[in-house]
Amino acid sequence: MGKMLARLFAASDERSCASLAWSSWRCLPRLAAARFDFVFRSMSALCAVGVFVTLSAVLIVLAIAAWPAFQAFGPKFFVADVWNPVTDSFGALSSVFGTVVTAFLAMAIAVPIAYGIAFFLTQLAPAWLARPVAIAVELLAGIPSIIYGMWGLLALAPFVRHSLQPTLESFLGPIPVIGSLFRGPCYGVGIMTASWILAIMVLPYVATFLREIFETVPDMLKESAYALGATTWDVMSQVIMPYVRVAAMGGVVLGLGRALGETMAVTFVVGNAHRISPSLFAPGTTISSTIANEFNEATGALYTSSLLALGLILFVITFLVLAAGRLLVRMLDKDRTGMRGR
Amino acid sequence: MAAFSGAFGIQRRRVYMDRFARFLAISASGLGVALLAAILATLIAKGWDALSSAFFLLPTSAPGQQGGMLNAMIGSLMMSALGMAVAIPMGILAGIHLAEYGRAARSSTALRFLNDILLSAPSICIGMFVYEILVRPMHGFSGYAGACALAIIALPVIVRTTEDMLALVPDRLREAAFALGSPQWHVIVFVCSRLVRSGIVTGVLLAASRIVGETAPLLFTALNNQYLSFDLSKPTASLTVTIFHYAMSPYDDWHKMAWGGALLVTFTVLAMNVVARVMTSGRRNT
Repeated sequence: MGKMLARLFAASDERSCASLAWSSWRCLPRLAAARFDFVFRSMSALCAVGVFVTLSAVLIVLAIAAWPAFQAFGPKFFVADVWNPVTDSFGALSSVFGTVVTAFLAMAIAVPIAYGIAFFLTQLAPAWLARPVAIAVELLAGIPSIIYGMWGLLALAPFVRHSLQPTLESFLGPIPVIGSLFRGPCYGVGIMTASWILAIMVLPYVATFLREIFETVPDMLKESAYALGATTWDVMSQVIMPYVRVAAMGGVVLGLGRALGETMAVTFVVGNAHRISPSLFAPGTTISSTIANEFNEATGALYTSSLLALGLILFVITFLVLAAGRLLVRMLDKDRTGMRGR
Repeated sequence: MAAFSGAFGIQRRRVYMDRFARFLAISASGLGVALLAAILATLIAKGWDALSSAFFLLPTSAPGQQGGMLNAMIGSLMMSALGMAVAIPMGILAGIHLAEYGRAARSSTALRFLNDILLSAPSICIGMFVYEILVRPMHGFSGYAGACALAIIALPVIVRTTEDMLALVPDRLREAAFALGSPQWHVIVFVCSRLVRSGIVTGVLLAASRIVGETAPLLFTALNNQYLSFDLSKPTASLTVTIFHYAMSPYDDWHKMAWGGALLVTFTVLAMNVVARVMTSGRRNT
């Protein structure tokens, strides 16, 4: 684009214009070139501001569209555990509950595995192995979320229904309190399956992030520890982790932000039932899957507005979580390195 | 560091602990690779048979009849191309602003921050936003609305990579060009951008691979269309939304088509990812 414009303005001697040692007197008069600088500068500034405008427009438009729902239900919208299109009464609690529970469960599953992968890639694996494994993990991040959803529904859900849940239930079900987490009919789809799929989806982000920040630790620190007789795990837990702790937390929070907003994969496997159940295997719903399932079929202004209100809640929650994550990551940047987290 | 010194028992415990941690780390990595392999294997096993000539040449049909995904592929291509056509110039220019003109400005710090937020914002919210600003006022779903939603998703990816790449250009080169009397736009377009061209293309590829696989923002914007259509002002089919409907349906032949579509989308996206990665790794080595 810039190149085309440049051709327009400086068509007189294209070859010399293109070379690095360009001399301005051979092209169009300087005045024109300087004036174009103003145009180019303004255009790029405008586009940069476009990012800000887009983000605030999303927030404002969703807020305006959600207003009727907030007006009709008031603060009760946030705490009401009811979602009934027939009687036009809506509350966000069951969706928010599902969103938060699946995201946190997913992080609980994904973070230890991601930590292990990052540990392996940076400290243990020889170079010939580290590179392909790293690429494989990064490719996992490239798979579209709808594929995860399909795979979860048609491949993982049967496994949960026939193997995982019956096994867990027979072992842990009889225990009081904890047991209720695992009891219940076996559907295959539900909070637990959704959490697993989400965990697989955020795993590559967290693993790649941790790998990158582990690599910022200066070799001298690690070698000093080895010289004192430390094992690899000692170095990992007592040298590397203290060095990157804040940024690592930031990376985990960024992963959480992704897990909260994920839509398609969850829609397939969460079960889409508006209820809050103590069992982890019971079908539930999340904000994003509620929207994906019901928005096109929503009849009536209040129904649509309630869904938009859910969207606004989701947007605000992820905004806050992502902002917190970025701030944590930035703390490392300022102190030690020039890198910016993904 | 107390654990480093000390008695034989502690020593042995540390060694065992180390072995245990190594074992767990290796298992975790094995699990990561195995997951990728499992997903790809399932896709190939179930999707390969669906990729017949009918799949590529016929539009979608009712269950039980022979059909393909032609309309969905064309819809996906058109919307992604239009979305990229909007996002590429905007994204590159915005990246240039952040890395060059407004490099030190305080507003740029805020813009970088907001761009990073937009980068991971829930795509379904973007879909709802476009529904509110385009679909509802125009009283109809359209491919243009879908392309708009995709552009919003691609934009921050391109901004981010363009800025990161331009930041790699050493200031000495800029100063050398300035010393020859070049105006700043000239330095940016002919010196800086040229040096990191492959990096910028990588960002564009990554953005394209992301929007080709997006479903959520298209659900309420482009909707779907079971007939072959080149008109973006009408509801437009896309591969991903079609896969969604087919996979959620109870029909076996639709499931099979969905697997075929999934295979196609996944390998397109992964191929773009691999190409992008090869391009940047080549850059880093030189």
